[in-house]
Amino acid sequence: MTRLGHVFLALILIFLYTPILVLMAMGFNESPLYELPFQFSTRWYRALMGNQELLTSSFNSLVLALITSVVATALGTIAALALSRRQFRGRSLLQLLLLPPIAIPWLITGTAMLIFFYWTGIGRGMHALVIGHVALAVPYVVLVVGTGLRTVRSDLEEAAMSLGSTPIHAFYAITLPLLFPSILGAALFAFAVSLDQFVVSYFLSSPGYTTLPVQIYSAIRKGFTPEINAISTLLLLGSMTVILIFARFAKPGAPK
Amino acid sequence: MTSVAVHAVAKRFGSVPVLSDISTTFAKGTFTSLLGPSGSGKTTLLRIVAGFVAPDEGSVTIGDRDVTGIPVWGRNIGMMFQSYALFPHMSVARNVAFGLNRRGIKGSEAAQAVAEALEMVHLTGFGDRMPKNLSGGQQQRVALARAMVIKPSVLLLDEPLSALDRRLRQEMQVELLRIQRETGLTTIFVTHDQEEALTLSDRIAILDKGRIVQSGAPAEVYECPQTRFAAEFLGDSNFLTGTVEQGAVRLADGTVVQTTSPLPANGAKVTLAVRPEKMSPVGQDAPANRLAARIVTVIYAGPVLSYLLETADGTKVKLFVANRDGTVLREGETITLGWAAEHSIPVLD
Repeated sequence: MTRLGHVFLALILIFLYTPILVLMAMGFNESPLYELPFQFSTRWYRALMGNQELLTSSFNSLVLALITSVVATALGTIAALALSRRQFRGRSLLQLLLLPPIAIPWLITGTAMLIFFYWTGIGRGMHALVIGHVALAVPYVVLVVGTGLRTVRSDLEEAAMSLGSTPIHAFYAITLPLLFPSILGAALFAFAVSLDQFVVSYFLSSPGYTTLPVQIYSAIRKGFTPEINAISTLLLLGSMTVILIFARFAKPGAPK
Repeated sequence: MTSVAVHAVAKRFGSVPVLSDISTTFAKGTFTSLLGPSGSGKTTLLRIVAGFVAPDEGSVTIGDRDVTGIPVWGRNIGMMFQSYALFPHMSVARNVAFGLNRRGIKGSEAAQAVAEALEMVHLTGFGDRMPKNLSGGQQQRVALARAMVIKPSVLLLDEPLSALDRRLRQEMQVELLRIQRETGLTTIFVTHDQEEALTLSDRIAILDKGRIVQSGAPAEVYECPQTRFAAEFLGDSNFLTGTVEQGAVRLADGTVVQTTSPLPANGAKVTLAVRPEKMSPVGQDAPANRLAARIVTVIYAGPVLSYLLETADGTKVKLFVANRDGTVLREGETITLGWAAEHSIPVLD
């Protein structure tokens, strides 16, 4: 059984990481047609520096992901606190309504948003992308922070109040520090949801404002060059670093 | 030392009344247990004294001060919670210092007070540990030190020992009592454990359905329960129902039971409570009361033997006998139970 488990683990790791490693390696291959033998070259990274479209859309993607992350985390955390700590009319309904967006195919959500934004005059472009991405990311934040809140017992705040804390002080001194790893995790989740997002971005981006996935998609249609491997590698390294830093500090899954 | 009083307190959650018209005083320096089953309102009463719950009606005074409108953080209470509620991201010392810091006591003065508090609970040298690295009993001591270090007006305990195992619980009971006696702090203790209530308290208040049904010294409440509920909840009890007849009670099967307590007028229906350990199997000698019953079940529990019996008319009776010489009566045997007249206590249903 253990051996079979090891085999499964190995297969999972192979199928997860080999394509990524191949992608990274090909970014350093001289051939534009991904031909072997491998010839080391930084040609595509140099070419990337001159590819304004890819650079701009990467920058857009990062900025958009950052804004989405901050806004969705703030809204989602407040929502999670309200849902778990307060009694109000419609609470169960709201809690229930949070989950379907995660299961609804993005193609449907994207189409719906496009129609709605067109109809209301919001239109397309960066502002539309921010609204769309935040809406997509908030349910994840509520889920992650809500799960974290379950490990922070509400009697801790009561204990603080019995010792002289006002509710606001109790929140900042007790709940917030204990919730911090979950909030950080939720922020990363929101960041990833936004950075990954293709379908909704494709519908909501305007000709003047696209994100990297959308840009890569149109580049592929024109003709694939390893510049895409290069930009993908850079982004990958960037996001991996952030996640590893997070894992180092928050130790997800580790016993408390 | 400060007394605590609640006056005509009532509370409903939605349309459900949780407490109705509670008035009681917790005298200076006394240890009072609020004893009752879950849903009796005991925890709500404690939380009203603490200030976590606002009463719909009535008032709460701590010392001379009416605190009804004052929130928890302004009441200077010490509280211990069922789950310990230690702050997991703070060391033991920082946990204990929390309340001091909120009162503007910091630095060496706070460190001194923290050290004294930890010494009081026998945890000197544990200041730098994190709560998760302590055992349940140690966490409980830290919680006690944290509640006591701020020199509260009143100590409120919400079933703080229920999460500990039996041995540790008994140890903590002794500790708690020692510290309470040393500091002379007015203490209110919520529990559903009758043994704990009997052992620790100067006064027990039994709650049922949002009312205090009886309160008094442990021995007083135990020996003279006023209601069937009090007799049943604090300890075990047998109930014999009959009609008053010339200063005694005639049961359905004709047995006449004597009591030294005052009884209602002739012909009135009355229920008598008799503690199972006050009865004993008798031979020819004749105590005031005798009752024949058949042994249905024998429970051997080491120091005490419990028998479940049934009288001829089907009334179930419990009997506790100290295991003096290892003799165990057999199931199916019919014996005569005897008890003194003063141990038949008339109770209200």
